[in-house]
Amino acid sequence: MGEFIGKSVKRREDARFLKGMGKYTDDIKLPKMTHSAFVRSPYAHAKIENVDISEAEKADGVVAIFTGKDACGEYGVPCGWQVDFKNGETMREPKHPLLAKDKIRHLGEAVTIVIAETLEQARDAAELVEVDYEELPAVTDPKKAMEEGAPLVHDDWDSNAAFDWCIGNDRAEVEAALEKAHHVTEMEYRNQRLAPNAMEPRSYIADYDVNGDKYTLYTSTQNPHLIRLLMCAFVLGLPEHKVRIVSKDVGGGFGSKIYHYTEEALLTWAAKEIGRPVKWTSDRSEAFLTDAHGRDHVVKSRMGFDKDGKIVAHLTDEYCGMGAYLSTFAPAVPTYLHGTLFQGVYTTPLIHLNVIAPFTHTVPVDAYRGAGRPEATYLLERIISKGAQEMGMDAAEIRYKNFIPPFDGVEEAGYQTQVALQYDSGNYEAALKKGLERLGYDDFRKEQSEARKNGRLLGVGISTYIEGCGIAPSAVVGALGARAGLYEVGQVRVQPTGKVSVFTGAHSHGQGHETVFAQFVADKLGIDMADVEIEHGDTDQVAFGMGTYGSRSLAVGGSAIIKSIDKILEKGAKIAAHKLEAAEDDLEYASGKWTVKGTDKSVSFGDVALTAYVPHNYPEGLEPGLDFSSFYDPSNFTYPFGTHIAVVEVDADTGAVELQRFIAVDDVGNIMNPMIVEGQIHGGVAQGVGQALLEEVAYDEAGQMITGSYMDYAMPRADDLPMIETENTVTPCPHNPLGVKGAGEAGAIGSTPAVVNAVVDALAHLGVTDIQMPLKPQTVWKAMQN
Amino acid sequence: MNEKIKKNSFLTNQIQVSLKINAKNRSLTLDSRTSLLDALREHLELNGTKKGCDHGQCGACTVIMNGKRQLSCLTLAATCEGANVLTIEGLAKKDKMHPMQGAFVKHDGFQCGYCTPGQICSAVALLQEAKDGDASYVTADVRNISKELKLSEEEIRERLSGNICRCGAYNNIVQAFKEVHSADDEMPTWKFATKMQMKSAKRK
Repeated sequence: MGEFIGKSVKRREDARFLKGMGKYTDDIKLPKMTHSAFVRSPYAHAKIENVDISEAEKADGVVAIFTGKDACGEYGVPCGWQVDFKNGETMREPKHPLLAKDKIRHLGEAVTIVIAETLEQARDAAELVEVDYEELPAVTDPKKAMEEGAPLVHDDWDSNAAFDWCIGNDRAEVEAALEKAHHVTEMEYRNQRLAPNAMEPRSYIADYDVNGDKYTLYTSTQNPHLIRLLMCAFVLGLPEHKVRIVSKDVGGGFGSKIYHYTEEALLTWAAKEIGRPVKWTSDRSEAFLTDAHGRDHVVKSRMGFDKDGKIVAHLTDEYCGMGAYLSTFAPAVPTYLHGTLFQGVYTTPLIHLNVIAPFTHTVPVDAYRGAGRPEATYLLERIISKGAQEMGMDAAEIRYKNFIPPFDGVEEAGYQTQVALQYDSGNYEAALKKGLERLGYDDFRKEQSEARKNGRLLGVGISTYIEGCGIAPSAVVGALGARAGLYEVGQVRVQPTGKVSVFTGAHSHGQGHETVFAQFVADKLGIDMADVEIEHGDTDQVAFGMGTYGSRSLAVGGSAIIKSIDKILEKGAKIAAHKLEAAEDDLEYASGKWTVKGTDKSVSFGDVALTAYVPHNYPEGLEPGLDFSSFYDPSNFTYPFGTHIAVVEVDADTGAVELQRFIAVDDVGNIMNPMIVEGQIHGGVAQGVGQALLEEVAYDEAGQMITGSYMDYAMPRADDLPMIETENTVTPCPHNPLGVKGAGEAGAIGSTPAVVNAVVDALAHLGVTDIQMPLKPQTVWKAMQN
Repeated sequence: MNEKIKKNSFLTNQIQVSLKINAKNRSLTLDSRTSLLDALREHLELNGTKKGCDHGQCGACTVIMNGKRQLSCLTLAATCEGANVLTIEGLAKKDKMHPMQGAFVKHDGFQCGYCTPGQICSAVALLQEAKDGDASYVTADVRNISKELKLSEEEIRERLSGNICRCGAYNNIVQAFKEVHSADDEMPTWKFATKMQMKSAKRK
């Protein structure tokens, strides 16, 4: 390892963010820019009878008003992943219009865009648009959407199912094993719907330059190149080389900014229509109504154990809501990002999962931090703890009994699961052992039983998770229905003076790529970090990219950069050999210079760079320049894992849960910057604890959202969390050059069941075996009374 | 209203406000409905203050007005006549960061940076609230409260709970606040690369 790798280097983004100098999309103002506001449906399901814009058009400052009848509504935004029915029927894929024309399918669906000189004028005029609706009955619950007679979201098909899919062993075989099991634990619950709630609302500015016939879209996206591809090829039919997407500082994403949203395409189209730039920034109410949500699984599961507590079979049926349309990656979330994790860290020999994915009259659901993996982990970690509770076993003991034994993926082979994937490397016992030691597990159990005598309700919850990250080998995901490759691009341009510009297709929206990527680039080249600049988020600068999600940036994006560095050093060695009048084989590269082995003859990186651009005395036949671009397509996913432990106290009178300690032992492979990894874990844990205790998007029967603001949707705040205690074990990834696994989602995946297990543990002596999330005081109190 | 002004300036209900922002006197002509937040962002090019919810529920728009924390999205600019407003852009003295900004760097008190200006303004004003002996929801005894409060972690977390950070950097925000508030040298759990390490890397 070099000088910077593995060190907590302070973030380079600090200065601009701390002084209020960040450039987020809404901070950008273009000359002659107009502003826009949407008229959105107040109903979840309705026929649009008439849209009257005549009064609105007369309002002050109005530049243009467009409705679904204008050409913009003709195409729709596409879905990027196809998951077919298990019987072979093709996935049902409805058109997702930019503006609704005849039918409303979810609350907040856009009907009209009003463009005006100022935002106030756009909003004032939007108030004057008259829309006549005929309200229709709605269905918002994924299970109810599949009941006989449920209102249909799309009339094109006779049921609401987008697909009905399964994975794992033969169902009959799994059922037979459950019949014979010593003990069967059952669970039925809802993994509730969540709103991602990046603090920066979605924001877009579209600009059309008539001279170059060129479009520029400034957008708060995690995924600039994919947005360009989808918008050009599928939505607007624009030539891709005439469209530039700029996405520099983005204020958090958590998944919700991966997808191609209707507003992005609509604004791009409208900018040409009106011949001026147009901006739209979502307000928070619109964000709740229109940002893709997460989770929303209705689950029924049975896990069978033998008399020693070994798992013998696991069978699960789920209804996973898609919302009204298929968002970009939506079908992948409850299937290939979810079912493939049902092995967990256990040797379960028989697994079967069936997923029915219904449309509902709600905003589309897609990947939210963890995406399918938190839902899988929640189920596994809750049901194994519930099994232990029912069989009178200890929650740690049952896990030790069922763990897959350690394997490094180099000497020992990877672990082949029953659900398609092969784990790369893992040591699950070590993480649990470390977590229990940090807690002082045995002492805690003593303290707990003492506390119970005094009427105090203490509980501990364990979660031993695994996740699949570093998304993903293109051929594998292609076979699974992805309509895009999931490689990454990394270009390293050495400037004539030896300064290095790196262009990455990964996208930073809080992860600190500017720092971490510069660390390993400086290390590999043996130069100063200050001489390395990381560029991202501009399709005119970066050749291509697949964006940031699925904890993939370092594992996939970092590896692409490493490939380019290898090419730089290979070519550099040729130039150095020429300059040193030595054979290439006699050179070694270290500390920023090529040296003839065993001598003090050397030439520096900077000298070689200058020679590459001023090639007067130069190797014959070699091209000038020192600039390489590489595509890296991983050979497997990466599999971070770990143990999360929560300690809670439940107020016996009110049911309020106090999270007293949270211990996170995470194995994310090699660590480039411990400070940043720790921050990622903290953040994930905050979001996972939020799901366990606080957060829920609730719709009423009519499809009205009753949690549409921060007064109703409880976000985790500083006083909801203790100091999170972090530890690591390190099991390097055997198949990427940095040996990294990814850290972005681990916190959100491991933490939720740890907290719920802790609350159930605190109440176990009262006969409580399960509580529905979020664990609000009234929910916990009610569970205590039964 | 004069028809001509209305057409030219696109303003209905036009008002005039004079106030001091980051030690500069500013005079503004605004739509009477304009919030202080929009006045800063849309009329003064002070984009550091962020709009997270526009409902007074997330804290991203926090500024310091007449020495106190203020949600600029819930403050009509019209009510700010003669006020003294300090925003994130006014905290640093040229290149020298405010100690709270320095502590946020040391403790990695943010990730995406969007809530950060509000967090910092909130934390800076809280230093003064503690000095003044202002009570909070978790203050044990509000009748017996002294000036120069030394805030416990529980107090700090409660008093900073008006600022949402979805990236979940709360641990580090609290550590940063503690450092400035108590003047203790709070250590992060990680070790920074040492000056020697950075230097030796640079020498290469």
